[in-house]
Amino acid sequence: MTIIYLLVFGFAATAILGLITSWIDRKVTARVQYRVGPPFLQPVYDLVKLLGKETLIPAGASKGIFLIAPVIGISGVIAVSTLFWVNQFFSEGFMGDWIVAIYLLTIPSISLILAGFASGNPLASLGASREMKLVIAYELPFILAALVPVISAHSIRLSTIIDSQAGGVFAGSISGILALIVAIMCVQAKLALVPFDIPEAETEIVEGPIVEYSGPGLAIFKLMKNMLFFILPFFLMILFFGGLRLNGINILWTLLEYVGIVAIITVIRNTNPRVRIDQAVRFFWGPMTLIAVVAVILALNGL
Amino acid sequence: MSLKLKALLKSPWVFHLSTGSCNNCDIETLDCLTPRFDIERFGMLLVGSIKHADVLLVSGSCNRMSVERMKALFEQVPKPCLVVAIGTCAGSRGIFKDSYNCPVPLDKIIPVDVYIPGCPPKPEAIIAGAVKLIEKVGGTL
Repeated sequence: MTIIYLLVFGFAATAILGLITSWIDRKVTARVQYRVGPPFLQPVYDLVKLLGKETLIPAGASKGIFLIAPVIGISGVIAVSTLFWVNQFFSEGFMGDWIVAIYLLTIPSISLILAGFASGNPLASLGASREMKLVIAYELPFILAALVPVISAHSIRLSTIIDSQAGGVFAGSISGILALIVAIMCVQAKLALVPFDIPEAETEIVEGPIVEYSGPGLAIFKLMKNMLFFILPFFLMILFFGGLRLNGINILWTLLEYVGIVAIITVIRNTNPRVRIDQAVRFFWGPMTLIAVVAVILALNGL
Repeated sequence: MSLKLKALLKSPWVFHLSTGSCNNCDIETLDCLTPRFDIERFGMLLVGSIKHADVLLVSGSCNRMSVERMKALFEQVPKPCLVVAIGTCAGSRGIFKDSYNCPVPLDKIIPVDVYIPGCPPKPEAIIAGAVKLIEKVGGTL
């Protein structure tokens, strides 16, 4: 049964929805810039093409870690998405799966850091070190923001958090909306999109940690990014909007909330310049942490 | 045609390589990415790293300094890959035919799939060249 959950929901469903999300992102970006944009199947073409290309290993690379890093990243993503799907539709989960989810969501960043340092390329090392600083910057406000639903639901289980929002979603309260704003900013940084695309800044350090990857390794990294683009909005929906509700008119609400979150992320990405790493750290440790702390205090007082 | 090649023609990521051109061809190449021409319609993206590239857009007259670098870069493109010569200089050395600094034309150094003449070629000509490239390998748009 676990295998079915992992392969069908954790991998296949998440990958398909992630590819669709990445198409939405590219299409909206194109429309913002008055372009036509790519066709619907473009992410699939990209993936199939990359799987058919040659794998080149740079001379100075540490071979084992270079090849295993993408696999580590995508297995972390599959594990965390399985956790979400199972909590959403099938079973109760277990005590403290919220903590496991927070841990597993950092695995993709760790795999990128490993990949960058194993490449033996100065640009990749620079990208990996920036990624590390960015992780340190956004983790604190992200955890604080994700703590607000836990306080409101009086439970550290994801399924209880979903169930306790049957009456009204947490995004409707003051603490919930403040935490949601912080969480969307942190998701932006977790996905490494503009203005927080500092680790892979294409115009400065080419593609950062994945500069030396080609063929299947690059395909797995791209798929990992696309799957994250589905999972992180899904996580926000579990925390603040009561998960995916598929009964009656709620299907429309679910769709609207999901597309809304993706559209907000895409519009932020298209209307901002890239910030420097010190500005990003100051932004997350300053205003964002402050707002998250205020949200936590409000949630403790039941607001 | 194999699935590999079919998918490659649906998403050719291009890498832009100047071998000592006067930058006119490079400017016209970048114009293809602007909203007016938008080659992302065909799945083309401009990539920064040679390891991610499928199509090499070469401009310039291949002078002695850049030929060595170009050979090194061509070896780093993951195969299968395609090469496009943009502009008269890359096609036939143009007015630098008798120059001491341009010993051989591009197609004597690396295999070229499509030539796009012009000094510089218009963005429309570059897009037409890309379409011819896809037709030559056997795909359809």
